[in-house]
Amino acid sequence: MTGLPTDLLEAPSIPAPELTIFRERTPTEAIAAFCRRNPQTVIGLAMIATLLLIGIVGPLFVNTNDADPLSALPAQSPSRTYPLGTDDQGRDLLAAMVAGLPDTLRIGFLAGAIGLGIGIILGFLSGYLGGPVDAVVRIAVDTLLTIPGLLILITIAASIKTFISVNTMALVIASLAWRQPTRIIRAQVLTMRERAYVQVARRSGMNTLEIIGRELLPNLFPFLAASFVGAVFGAILFSIGLEALGLGPQNQPTLGMTIYWSLRFGALLRGMWWWWMPPIVVLVVLFFGLLLLTIGLDEIANPRLRRTA
Amino acid sequence: MNAGYVVRRVLQFLIVLWAAATINFILPRLAPGNPVRDRLVSQASQGGPLQDGIEEMVRSYNKQFGLDKPLYVQYVLYLQHVATLDFGYSIANYPNRVMTMIGRTLPWTVGLLLVSLVISFTLGTLLGALVTWSRASKVFRVLIGPAMALSAVPQFLLGLILLFLFAILATVFPLSGGYSIGAIPNFSMPFMLDMMRHAFLPGLSIVLTGIGFWALGMRGMMITTKGEDYINFAEAKGLRDRRIFFSYAIRNAILPQVTGFAINLGTIISGVVIVEVIFGYPGMGSLLFNAISGSDYFLIYGIVYVTVLVIGLATLIVDLLYPILDPRITYRRA
Repeated sequence: MTGLPTDLLEAPSIPAPELTIFRERTPTEAIAAFCRRNPQTVIGLAMIATLLLIGIVGPLFVNTNDADPLSALPAQSPSRTYPLGTDDQGRDLLAAMVAGLPDTLRIGFLAGAIGLGIGIILGFLSGYLGGPVDAVVRIAVDTLLTIPGLLILITIAASIKTFISVNTMALVIASLAWRQPTRIIRAQVLTMRERAYVQVARRSGMNTLEIIGRELLPNLFPFLAASFVGAVFGAILFSIGLEALGLGPQNQPTLGMTIYWSLRFGALLRGMWWWWMPPIVVLVVLFFGLLLLTIGLDEIANPRLRRTA
Repeated sequence: MNAGYVVRRVLQFLIVLWAAATINFILPRLAPGNPVRDRLVSQASQGGPLQDGIEEMVRSYNKQFGLDKPLYVQYVLYLQHVATLDFGYSIANYPNRVMTMIGRTLPWTVGLLLVSLVISFTLGTLLGALVTWSRASKVFRVLIGPAMALSAVPQFLLGLILLFLFAILATVFPLSGGYSIGAIPNFSMPFMLDMMRHAFLPGLSIVLTGIGFWALGMRGMMITTKGEDYINFAEAKGLRDRRIFFSYAIRNAILPQVTGFAINLGTIISGVVIVEVIFGYPGMGSLLFNAISGSDYFLIYGIVYVTVLVIGLATLIVDLLYPILDPRITYRRA
């Protein structure tokens, strides 16, 4: 072992610098930093959480049975007893709001979740397996995306008009809610399939299901979240549209049905603004919240967007 | 453009039509209840307690509409009728044929839709392009916020608000209808003005909610286009800013917007249907609403099918025109 510089071994040890600058952030600081970096997500979440809270806490203060017809004097303007007034059939409109808002949200979340679920299955099958499966899924999605969704849903809903409940409504809408998620997930899976870490996983003997479950899904999470919110947005939009045409749950005061009844009984002309305005305000808040959340999540999923924003 | 692409694209169009027709055929047969009997029973209950002959009438109507034949025969007959755009008679307005009723309302909807779409496309695309252009006024950067916010609001909700503001609080515009009561539709100047006054608010709600969508798409495309070498070169040559903006940047960035047009048409039409109902506009949306209220199934299926057909045709034309608009594109099998 000649030629080894012995003086290196005797060199004085340099003390490691104290890493005080790089200490771990406390959770509070991390959350604050996230809020600064991505305010849209936070504001959007806050708006939706507020609406959810109205649905959860509201029934403690308001008797939701008053949302049924004939539980109050008809066509009363807002007063101390009826803060949002009453409609022609004697529903207390505040109670109708508290009872109907969760139903509208439920239709959206249920249809969105089913749509995302189908989207994940079809998107992975199509993107990962390729071949004829991919061809069929791709053509089906591309074709169905061009058709006017609401009109197809109208055909379905009109055929089962008399017994639409909140849950059947969600199912009807879910029958078209899978198109966008499938498209987005398929495109992502296609780009991920050939990445190095997937190749490594494949070489190390993981089977397809393990690769999908352990490697692809976790990496797709931001995309899944974004497309879930997108699907919920679309589902609520469809449900409101169907309801405005009278094709919603006839006995539930969902936001769209309240708008339908108010139009049907000419509330606009009769100056009964308390009948149709509150549901519109709540819906606008809901749609803004979902839009902000989508923009925020898109940015997390696709950081390149931030530069152009 | 190669022939294979055209064939595949036309085939896709035919598949859409077949699928729409088949859904229209299957759904009412899956649904519980019999529309013929429902209709007769509801008429009978209006007329009085006399309900003896109903079962017999149901049978004779079923025979007349061919509903007593085996299912596959019905299906083939149905496809034949649909191919010739024959949807039979309206149940609620009996002597009227479905197709004549649709034909009467179609021009109203197409007119409203076309004009508002072109306006919203132009405004939105320009706004999206101007936002990225550093020499343009800063005003546009402020405008894009409200435009984006409005795009999250369903068209008919905005329509309701506009109706309340400009037809009830301030009576600037008429409440409903496509023309003043008593006027006879013709092509004279006063009637045209009257028609435009009626179409203004429905059109405005379609335009305002659409701008954000087009602006967002255009902004994305402009950002990539602005980084291209030919833009730098045009600047280095000392071309006028206006010329670079319109002939270099917009000309190249606008093409994907045309695809956006095709993809989005279905969604926009869905919204227009409800806007028409809100404004009592004499188009297909209002017709559809009346058909739903009157359980007029043949009319509902006819309207849905015609809409699918129109949208399918529009997207087919856009897709076939696209390679002509953008000479860089050739369709070949990947």
